[in-house]
Amino acid sequence: MSQSHRLETGGVLVDRTRQIKFLFDGKSYSGHPGDTLASALLANGVKLVNRSYKYHRPRGVVSSGPEEPNALVNLGNAGTHEPNIRMTQIELHDGLDATSQNRFPSLEADVGVLNAAASRFYPAGFYYKTFIHPRHAWKYFWEPVIRRIAGLGKAPTHADSAQYEHTYAFCDVLIAGGGVAGLIAAKAAGEAGARVILAEQTERLGGRLLVDDDAEIDGKSARVWLEETIAALEAMDNVTIRLRTCCSAAYDHNYCLLYERSGDRGEAAQVRHRLWRVRTGRVIAATGMIERPIAFNYNDLPGVMLASAVRDYVKLWGVSPGEKTVVYTTNDDGYRTALALAEAGCTVRAILDSRREPDGPLVGAARALGLEIRPNTGIGKAKAKRNKLASIETVDFDNPEAPGTTIECDCVAMSNGWSPVVHLYSHSGGKAMWDEEAVMYRPDPANPPRGRDAEAMVHVAGGAHGALTTDAVVAQAAAVAAEVLAELGMGGTAAVPDVSATAETPTHPVWVTPSAGKAALGGKHFLDFQNDVTVADVALAAREGYESVEHAKRYTTLGMATDQGKLSNINGHAILGKTLGKTMAEVGTTTFRPPYTPISFGSIAGRETGNLFKPVRETALHGWHAARGGDWEPVGDWRRPYRYQQGSEDRDTSIHRECLRVRNTVGVLDASTLGKIIVKGPDAAKFLDMMYTNMMSTLKPGKCRYGLMNNENGFLMDDGVVVRLDEETFLCHTTSGGADNIHGWFEEWLQTEWFDLKVYTANVTEQFTQIAVAGPKARDLLNSLDSDIDFNALPFMSMAEGTLAGCPVRAFRISFTGELSFEFATPVSFGLALWEVLHAKAEELGGGTYGTEAQHILRAEKGFVVIGDETDGTVTAHDVGMGWAVSKKKEDFIGKRAMERSDLTRPDRKQLVGLMTEDPTEVLPDGAHGVEGGKAIGHVTSTYFSPTLKRSIAMALINGGQGRFGEVIEVSTAKNKTARAVICDPVFYDKKGERQDV
Amino acid sequence: MLLIDCPCCGVSGEETEFAPGGEAHIVRFGPGSSDAEFSSYLFDRKNPRGVHFERWRHAFGCGKWFHMARSTQTLEVFGVYKADVTTPPQDILDRVEAAKAEGRVK
Amino acid sequence: MSEVDMSLARPLLEGVSDTGAGGLKLSVQPLRGMVTLRADLSEASVAAAVKAAVGSDMPGVRKATDTALWMSPDELMLLMPYGEAADAVAVLTEKLSGVHHLAVDVSDARTLFRLEGSAAREVLAKGAPVDLARDKFAVGDLRRTRISHVAAAFWQSGDGPDVFEILCFRSYAKYLWEWLEESSREGSMPGVL
Ligand SMILES: [Zn+2]
Repeated sequence: MSQSHRLETGGVLVDRTRQIKFLFDGKSYSGHPGDTLASALLANGVKLVNRSYKYHRPRGVVSSGPEEPNALVNLGNAGTHEPNIRMTQIELHDGLDATSQNRFPSLEADVGVLNAAASRFYPAGFYYKTFIHPRHAWKYFWEPVIRRIAGLGKAPTHADSAQYEHTYAFCDVLIAGGGVAGLIAAKAAGEAGARVILAEQTERLGGRLLVDDDAEIDGKSARVWLEETIAALEAMDNVTIRLRTCCSAAYDHNYCLLYERSGDRGEAAQVRHRLWRVRTGRVIAATGMIERPIAFNYNDLPGVMLASAVRDYVKLWGVSPGEKTVVYTTNDDGYRTALALAEAGCTVRAILDSRREPDGPLVGAARALGLEIRPNTGIGKAKAKRNKLASIETVDFDNPEAPGTTIECDCVAMSNGWSPVVHLYSHSGGKAMWDEEAVMYRPDPANPPRGRDAEAMVHVAGGAHGALTTDAVVAQAAAVAAEVLAELGMGGTAAVPDVSATAETPTHPVWVTPSAGKAALGGKHFLDFQNDVTVADVALAAREGYESVEHAKRYTTLGMATDQGKLSNINGHAILGKTLGKTMAEVGTTTFRPPYTPISFGSIAGRETGNLFKPVRETALHGWHAARGGDWEPVGDWRRPYRYQQGSEDRDTSIHRECLRVRNTVGVLDASTLGKIIVKGPDAAKFLDMMYTNMMSTLKPGKCRYGLMNNENGFLMDDGVVVRLDEETFLCHTTSGGADNIHGWFEEWLQTEWFDLKVYTANVTEQFTQIAVAGPKARDLLNSLDSDIDFNALPFMSMAEGTLAGCPVRAFRISFTGELSFEFATPVSFGLALWEVLHAKAEELGGGTYGTEAQHILRAEKGFVVIGDETDGTVTAHDVGMGWAVSKKKEDFIGKRAMERSDLTRPDRKQLVGLMTEDPTEVLPDGAHGVEGGKAIGHVTSTYFSPTLKRSIAMALINGGQGRFGEVIEVSTAKNKTARAVICDPVFYDKKGERQDV
Repeated sequence: MLLIDCPCCGVSGEETEFAPGGEAHIVRFGPGSSDAEFSSYLFDRKNPRGVHFERWRHAFGCGKWFHMARSTQTLEVFGVYKADVTTPPQDILDRVEAAKAEGRVK
Repeated sequence: MSEVDMSLARPLLEGVSDTGAGGLKLSVQPLRGMVTLRADLSEASVAAAVKAAVGSDMPGVRKATDTALWMSPDELMLLMPYGEAADAVAVLTEKLSGVHHLAVDVSDARTLFRLEGSAAREVLAKGAPVDLARDKFAVGDLRRTRISHVAAAFWQSGDGPDVFEILCFRSYAKYLWEWLEESSREGSMPGVL
């Protein structure tokens, strides 16, 4: 199709020498570089671009920017698919493939349009009302129906193939918006030597000055001034200008997010979107204004647009949105659209003005061109043919029931005045106030968003502050820049440009245009185009008692669509006020929340996807385990080998083989993840006496002691073997994954409570590869290696330092399996060498590796607790039968006072016991409840099939369990199913501990 | 996101470098204390809507604990100070009073 | 007599990546001796011990010399050739006899990277919340912070304005390597630092 609506001339942004082919709904069109998808489709005469969310009404492009409510499309395919993108922000590029949303089977013949006929069934609060009664109707009727007919774009089904980035940035002044106000502020700040970032959401600087160029600045034409100013800024090293970059949010303490869409133009960009995390001295929000639509009957038809958008299409892109346009305005600015259309050779059928006596230079210019102006007149009704605007009927504000004139037209340009974009001012608590004279919400200077030192962190410049004309914008922006620079101690006196601008007379807003007959109820006077909210909906909400603006918003969904009510909020609040008989100031406004426009999930994730989603901690032996069938158990961020698979054997086969290997020959285990903390100083022993329930000060150098750690609630939080290296130095082992916490815990007490103690700590977890050698043949294995340590003489719970097979080691004679066992710590760089030797020797002796699950079974057979399995943050040392590890001699330790609380000394607390099922093959489910008389009396904490004992074993916390050995209880195993198990001593194997102490 | 000045290493860093540690200046009660004293130590927290003296640790930085006086309502920061004191320094208390006088906090 | 066989010591991660933007080069540094020293850094005896152990003056707050890194108000990281950490600890122990301190060999606990090239600052700025403008972070400056999810320290080596040494715990080294390599891609720099 040819570009039927491309004007002969005009269009400062498009390059007419080049054509771009693109697809919309599978059909090929052409446009030019510089077009947006919206301008290119309009150039091709495509007006119907979407179906509305609720009623499936035909919709067209309304705006030319980020405020667009209607023209949302699905973009791309498979790995590039993205729904709900505003056409007005999509830069046209080769290969662009867009499809319309929310229609079936096609835009022209959408079956969901039946919804519109049934629209009286979807009043305000429809969702709330259907939630309430009858309940089953929601599940069986409404939900399936709504899921089919309502909705925006389709969710992607493929992984996103694009790249996204984050970056941190720092500046003195962050300027949001590259229009006149932003440029004035940037130049002043740049000249003062401030570090400046200027973020502009479109691909161009200049804002409305590119279209509304009727002002002179410093005696130059707007265009010349703009070119000179941009050149000056680009020459400044301290000024960073980012186009296609929206300041999405202004958070606490001057932290802002910039959303940069640098790679959205088709080429294989290295970075599609970049999220900037900016900390700035001050924010200057030069975010301009958004024009307001006017509510009238069928104001949602394709062809009804904002007046400013109509002239944007004419002047920026050389596109005529219509051949015959009616301008409906409440202010002078709307006349600029009529003038632009006339200048471009388009027909202006009439200018309808809400004011009784429109006057001023712009009105005069329209009159001079002979354009028809009808004062005190609006659009009573718009009419469609083939899903597009075909004509309008005028209405006399003084006599709405009188028949109006029908004017044929294919475009309405509406203007109801302008609303400052105060979002950034509001994001962190700044307030907006209603200015009755200017008819707008503007930033309330008495209630700015405040930063860390209570300074006003966001300052507002230009249109966003309420300045309507270029001279006012320039003067106000210069003043704000000077104020900000003075606050930052960078004050200078920048020259304020001299501006001569066209004068404008006041607006007379129309919140709803009166209609005759049934239409007077406002059922098809749309406020929120994206969520299909009408004047009647808001009025109904008010009548039903939703008087607060926040309630009315949620009840009607006004302003809750992806456009966040950029076009609809003010008009909606006015209707609410009108219905309630309140002023705008009394109605108030809803809170603006970030982001300003939707940002991509990809930009939020940045690089941290796939293998970079979350760090995995690897021990020195990780690759070795992986190459030998290790499958992984996550322990904190660590990965530990759960078991080593041989061939295609199942998990139990591997695990049972590994258990028996340790019981019968010798096994080696990678224990590197155990935390290791050095505690040193003259007060180290005294300090550890406070940290552990046991007495550590009596430990002799070279000896090991198993220690328990409480929190101040008296509950167990960690355990591990403490080794005294010398008089002043201890090595504290913690659980895997507990190292950082416990190191932090030690430091917390040393720094914040007992800062008089002379103790230093160091977390040396990562320094060592730790290897356990366990089993009856452990000593044989070690004796076959070159070492200066006498393994025959090293007593149980002792430590020796020396070398083993050429590696420097600390050897600990400790056991977590119940077998004869040694652990070796060697510097990580030696880890693999030592492991390979130990493993090879183990294999020679008929042994080999064992994984974490075998370790868990072996310790359960011995009744050893695992913090986090047998404990859950509410379990004491006494509960798990380890009262022996709680010192009675120490005056104080962490948790001692808490353990004296009556609830912690109750005899009927849950206590650790063993459970043996009557059926020895039945393994209880982990976490299963013991039940008695229909009540839970405790739960299973660890449960396994013991290969050593050839039967199932379990550990459990059972009410008063330590006094109930021999009793049989029921354990719930599934719905309505129980197993019988006998309560027993949790030590199932080698009760006297003879095997580990040989 | 908060911007926090660490009084121990001088870094002005964003909140993600730090770990919060709850209310500051809580007196520890151990063995020999009454149930009421011990309960107040374990459980009673002011949780104010307003000025809060709190503990932070420069977890990704120098590792040190310190104190910060902050409005939980407006996030205004009145100052930071070292961990090894049991009461806030006078200049920070003065700043809090000034903010109260100016109506910024209660 | 059994002895330590230094040839058994092997780094876990090795590699050089020089495919990054604008000649960026990322490399894993060979094993280096490292000693954590905790002590009152204002004590003259501590400064003297550091000088004796690694030849460095006491580094200023958040500063790095060739062999001493300021980590915390009471903590230094001392650098020496791999295998010489025990000697350094012995010197420190002797010089600080009677002075409360902790000196411990941590040569194997961390991995040291070097990132060099004009875009090095921008790579770090993608994941570290630190102002890396040239006049804000210069030769000799050190910062402990996080890079992406990983705790790290980095400093500007004396080898030039675009050379950064990066230290992280060894178990996170593979993650950080991959993150740095990904973040070094051609065409992915914001181009502002
Ligand atoms: Zn710090």
